[in-house]
Amino acid sequence: LSAAVSPWEPVIGLEIHVQLGTRTKMFCGCELSFGDPPNTHTCPVCLAHPGVLPVTNAEAVRLGVLVGLALGCEIAPRAIFHRKNYFYPDLPKAYQISQYDEPLCHDGRFTVLEEDGTERVVRITRAHLEEDAAKLLHLGDSGRRAGAESSVVDFNRGGTPLVEIVTEPDLRSAVEAEVFLRQLRQTFVHLGVSDCNMEEGSLRVDANVSVRPAGSEELGTKTELKNMNSFRFLRLGVEAEIARQIALLGAGERVVQETLHYDPASGALHALRSKEEAHDYRYFPEPDLVPIAPPPQWLDDIRSALPELAIDRRRRWSRAWGLTWEDANVLSETPELAAYFELAADQGEDPKAVANLIRNDLVKIARDRGEEVWQSRVTPRHLAGVVALLRKRTISTSGAKEVLAHVAESGADPAAVVAERGLAQVGADEVRPLLEAVIAANEGQWKELQGGKDKLRGFFVGQVMKASQGRADPGAVGELIEAFLRADPG
Amino acid sequence: VSIDVLRLTAEEAVRALRAGELSATDLVEAYLERATADRWGSFLALNAEKARARAREIDAMGHKPPLAGIPVAIKDALSTRDLTTTCGSRILEGFRPVYTATCVARLEEAGAIVLGKTNMDEFAMGSSTENSGYQVTRNPWDEERVPGGSSGGSATSVAACQAPWSLGSDTGGSIRQPAALCGIVGMKPTYGAISRYGLVAFASSLDQVGPFARTVRDAALLLSYMVGRDPMDATSLEWAQPIALPEAERLDGLRVGVVPELMGEGIEAGVRSAVEASLAEVERLGGSVVEVSMPSFEHGLACYYLIAPAECSANLARFDGIRYGMRADDAETLLDHYEVTRGRGFGPEVKRRIMLGTFALASGYYDAYYVRAQKVRTLIVRDFERAFGEVDLLASPTSPTVAFRLGERTADPISMYLADVCTIPVSLAGLPAISIPCGLSGGLPVGLQLAGPAFSENRLLDAAHALEQAIGFDAVPPALAGTAG
Repeated sequence: LSAAVSPWEPVIGLEIHVQLGTRTKMFCGCELSFGDPPNTHTCPVCLAHPGVLPVTNAEAVRLGVLVGLALGCEIAPRAIFHRKNYFYPDLPKAYQISQYDEPLCHDGRFTVLEEDGTERVVRITRAHLEEDAAKLLHLGDSGRRAGAESSVVDFNRGGTPLVEIVTEPDLRSAVEAEVFLRQLRQTFVHLGVSDCNMEEGSLRVDANVSVRPAGSEELGTKTELKNMNSFRFLRLGVEAEIARQIALLGAGERVVQETLHYDPASGALHALRSKEEAHDYRYFPEPDLVPIAPPPQWLDDIRSALPELAIDRRRRWSRAWGLTWEDANVLSETPELAAYFELAADQGEDPKAVANLIRNDLVKIARDRGEEVWQSRVTPRHLAGVVALLRKRTISTSGAKEVLAHVAESGADPAAVVAERGLAQVGADEVRPLLEAVIAANEGQWKELQGGKDKLRGFFVGQVMKASQGRADPGAVGELIEAFLRADPG
Repeated sequence: VSIDVLRLTAEEAVRALRAGELSATDLVEAYLERATADRWGSFLALNAEKARARAREIDAMGHKPPLAGIPVAIKDALSTRDLTTTCGSRILEGFRPVYTATCVARLEEAGAIVLGKTNMDEFAMGSSTENSGYQVTRNPWDEERVPGGSSGGSATSVAACQAPWSLGSDTGGSIRQPAALCGIVGMKPTYGAISRYGLVAFASSLDQVGPFARTVRDAALLLSYMVGRDPMDATSLEWAQPIALPEAERLDGLRVGVVPELMGEGIEAGVRSAVEASLAEVERLGGSVVEVSMPSFEHGLACYYLIAPAECSANLARFDGIRYGMRADDAETLLDHYEVTRGRGFGPEVKRRIMLGTFALASGYYDAYYVRAQKVRTLIVRDFERAFGEVDLLASPTSPTVAFRLGERTADPISMYLADVCTIPVSLAGLPAISIPCGLSGGLPVGLQLAGPAFSENRLLDAAHALEQAIGFDAVPPALAGTAG
């Protein structure tokens, strides 16, 4: 039975804000911070005192260019800043310095690796530089502006460099949107342009969602979903909105263009009051700043120094090394883990076996010890050594776990740990008497196995493993049982 | 202290200070006394205690800084740490900045002492200083007349010998026009010559700081300590050639263009004849005078009154009473807060320009107004480029009229705007220009404006100096002569 084909096709585009990992703010010398006491990272410039002027942070431009190159964008030979005007207490100048019709990066293509191995290209409309707003805190029970006893402003975040990325409406499901954002995040984290921490708000996403009859080329009326602060909430929010729009259209009603807020607690979508978004931003070129004109040689240098992109590494991992999609997801979670894996895989053992050992055992061992994998006393060389012991069947998989735990504790060489602790696998000579003893003790079951009750095979393997205190190789035990059955079919 | 000390040029005073013939303390006391007895309404705040302390400090120095403790008056649009900076607006009443503008800091470093802050049209919007939220400033040549604006207080303080020199800011003529009306020298340098960091912005693409002085050489001296790149202002420029003190006596080979569009209709007869007499001096000194038509000038005023208000509508949006300045405590909602604070804090001319600018930038009007004005601005720039292919400098009246009466134009904004018709094109092109007094009309001073290509400051100062010597204008209003003792 094939799955029912939906008569509706969702169309999704994303707007992503990434805080750039510069040392200082976009237009002044204040250091970036997260979690410091309020208003401790401010100066006359980011507080918009009378007479101050912005000066563009060159490192933010460099990171912006890196973002653009990673997104396959054209880098504009001349880009300018605009003022985006609106009044709000978190915007001290009452305008945000942003980019409008001459952005730094435009017309890019970002390739996403899907779980089934296909590659999907998402077109990037533009990526531009701007400054972040400050943070408003609403005091009172609700924690929201409506009904707050009072509101206060923390300007520490105000002026943080952001890159805003706008995609074309090339995504077709909530899952695709989530996968896109995850791989975008990996790319940026690996490039070192941002820590992309969604909880701390250094990666934020809005989604434009519409649905249309499957096969149609026209776009339906879209809604904008604001600020979903996790990958999961992005997926759930978009899913909920797709369902809502399909239900509306199915009932012959129309989708109203509006801005919605997804409440992850209730799963509900609330419309933001249209009054709040009825802005005329009165964009005009920022006269206090000179155009950004990246020198071609400087651009070439950045381009040639660009490290391997996350997508290329994932391709290499899967094509040359046989890693699964999920292996790659886990191992590229942080640049440090990816580097650890690359080092371990470089020691000459099978990279897939290396990946398995990290994913299945080392990640948990490190977590239990309260450390990160790459900080563990298990060095990439140690890890490869354990893989080698497994390959030679010197140790079993459960033995490997034990060896890793000891190495994590002591930092000793795995082979030495095996010798010292007697963790070497029981050889075939020792397994035979163990199996004979188990058969003798379980004659009834053995006869049933001989009679064809195949399910009992596992029972005998288990009993021998138990008798060997886990040091036998389950594969070898299975083979020996097979040999016994052939020799004496009963 | 005699008027003689107060009538010293800054150059003479600096020489006397450095020679030990005069102490900074005596000089500061003399100027403070005259600035305190402020019958012209030049000052909004005096820096008396700190000025005295700094004078004592400099007097005690063995090795004196180059300006040796000479006082300077500062337009209230420039940020001065701990000293009130209101921009002539109630919305900044009592505001004490936490930092000092780069140009003021550079002067202080060179040994100048900030005497006080001078009155101005609110946020530099006006041509008579009558738009100040605090007080009227009177022209020392006739106290029933305006000193011009917006830097009227700075101009008056120098004309009335309350300061040897002062700083103003010029967006469309706010230094040159009051200099003309008060019979002193005022200069707006090339856009980017002096850091704008600390100059409270009116129209960012036009604003420039500049000097007022009683002689061209003093203006050059003050300018020389302020020009050059500032890392805090992205639009400030490296200044390759230092500003030199002008010494030229002749104008041999200098080609001066006179702009017929600024010599005809709307220019008072007395102003025109004083300017024509100056042009005759140019020829007498060996220069040549030719007519150079500037057809785009006719649109200068309209262009300026779109671009400047557009920029000001954004620049003044920060005055919301949340972080500093006046705040309406009786507002019920956020919108109320903005409306009441800004409604009370800003005067009518500021509100008019914010509304004009907001309208010019509104979606649907942007192309018809702002974009079109930028195109006209480009035409004006091209007219100047063409003109400076033919001549070295352009000459015109600085102001179409001499000082007008207090209240005469306040009810008619357009008539007020016309006061800057001669100075605005230069501002739109970002070029340097100087106004020097070139004679009297009906007993009131007339200003001659000389404008040059970008970075032509030294040539402009040379020409202005040679003409100043030839014209021999006595820069102290006759009514004041001998009265200050």
